[in-house]
Amino acid sequence: MSLGPEDVDRIAELACVAIDEQDVPAYAQNLSAILAFVEQMDQVDTEGVAPMAHPQDAVQRMRPDEPTETDQREAFQAIAPQVEGGFYLVPKVIE
Amino acid sequence: MHDKTIAELSQALHAGEVSSVELVEHQLQRIEALDPRLNSFITVSREEALTEARQADARLRSGDAGPLTGVPIAHKDIFCTRGVRTSCGSRMLDSFVPPYDATVVERMRAAGAVILGKTNMDEFAMGSSSETSFYGPVRNPWDVERVPGGSSGGSAAAVAAGLTAGATGTDTGGSIRQPAALCGVTGLKPTYGRVSRWGMIAFASSLDQGGPMARTAEDCALMLPAMAGFDERDSTSIQREVPDYRQGLDAPLDGLRIGLAREHFEHGLDEGVGGAVEEAIQELRRLGAETVDISLPSSNLAVPAYYVVAPAEASSNLARYDGVRYGHRASHPTDLWDMYTRSRGEGFGAEVKRRILVGTYALSAGYYDAYYLKAQKVRRLISEDFRRAFDQADVIVGPTAPGTAFHVGEKADDPVTMYLSDIFTIAVNLAGLPGMSIPAGQSDGLPVGLQLIGNYFDEGRLLNVAHRFQQATDWHARVPPGFE
Repeated sequence: MSLGPEDVDRIAELACVAIDEQDVPAYAQNLSAILAFVEQMDQVDTEGVAPMAHPQDAVQRMRPDEPTETDQREAFQAIAPQVEGGFYLVPKVIE
Repeated sequence: MHDKTIAELSQALHAGEVSSVELVEHQLQRIEALDPRLNSFITVSREEALTEARQADARLRSGDAGPLTGVPIAHKDIFCTRGVRTSCGSRMLDSFVPPYDATVVERMRAAGAVILGKTNMDEFAMGSSSETSFYGPVRNPWDVERVPGGSSGGSAAAVAAGLTAGATGTDTGGSIRQPAALCGVTGLKPTYGRVSRWGMIAFASSLDQGGPMARTAEDCALMLPAMAGFDERDSTSIQREVPDYRQGLDAPLDGLRIGLAREHFEHGLDEGVGGAVEEAIQELRRLGAETVDISLPSSNLAVPAYYVVAPAEASSNLARYDGVRYGHRASHPTDLWDMYTRSRGEGFGAEVKRRILVGTYALSAGYYDAYYLKAQKVRRLISEDFRRAFDQADVIVGPTAPGTAFHVGEKADDPVTMYLSDIFTIAVNLAGLPGMSIPAGQSDGLPVGLQLIGNYFDEGRLLNVAHRFQQATDWHARVPPGFE
């Protein structure tokens, strides 16, 4: 799969990452090379092979539905870029 | 004291021949004097280290001390440390001071290990050369014009140069073993689920695993029990007892079946590396091991499958960096979208952005089956290869990396060539097996690593083989010129 600049723009939008306009051609080239490389996987027939999500096929543990976390709002907000009155501040969302 | 192993330091501390404060001061001086040549530390936590050393000395005096109490170590800057900046090598987290310790950090603190600081690494652990760090490239102490490998290159370089006797690393596709090989140190990636991932900044969650890096297998055997074990805060942590790995270190290797995979000796393996590995295998035969030929037929597909699975999981994990609750926020955003995209565009470096884009593409509508699902199926085939191989062999042995340390900048512009540095290590992560790299020779004055791959939870056997090899050889004790 070969990607062009417009593909990079579209993927960057999906990924929520700003890419400088001048860097787009290089990303298109690199991403195309990486995709061509990973497509080597097509050499092997995987019909009927069960996809593997966990090395030991373990499943996620369940725990009792009881609170385990203590309130650490102050500690967590102390490292935030912008807070006020216990809230995280972001640019205006609704006009 | 900086040429001593953790085992030797521990003995000296318990015998009262040296105090933890003396050791820590010595190592801090060494870091100050020598690290400008290597850039192996991002943060040196001098005051905290001295406070912890004083506490360790009190524990040693009161008899409440274990094998790591008072021993100075370093953590890869991917492990969250309460009150000490944890950057993950990224501008995104340049100002991030975690309010909590990672489980690994918490457990090693409880064992009394003293934290000298946080080691440099590829940004978000994405790299094989430790060049992508926001804090500049790490240099290899064997030749400062060369890379130390990556992503745990800071930890590997710091141990090789005697700046610390031990350090933690993480390994998603070879990030403990490959830098260990390139710097001539010993590193162990445990079985997936053995060491808690809680507080270890996530890259690819189905592959990431923390582990010890030190000069010797014996030191790794001392560090691992302090890092490993079940943790209810990590949903993929395995409920299984952690043995005392020191117990079995000396077991003879008579009758040990060593599997040699044809596929590990092809793929343009450097001649010097190949020769050193052959020599090391001879040494293991002299120690009583038998060799059997095995095959890992799907191993050529490991790197391609990895570069779908790892970026896909990374694109999901790194979605959390939005500039809202912590991390970099772009200045003067015009609206929310502008804030998200510019914070991420500025906060992430080129390789991280590449991987986020690859992962996003692979997971996007219409492409999921062709990439992610296909890769997970290939992953199953790779894992089946190992399952069959372990019917014939107890340990699989081969080169850790296809070559020795390469020059800084040599592969920086060609991602695919860089990715192939991990051609022998990646399959082990995909299968979730434990793997180790030990110093096994030199080629043109640069270290060569021998990779040992074990069956699930067979870390003890890997440490045993590595220890017996190190009793018979002195490659692990070689010191880079200029760092004596």
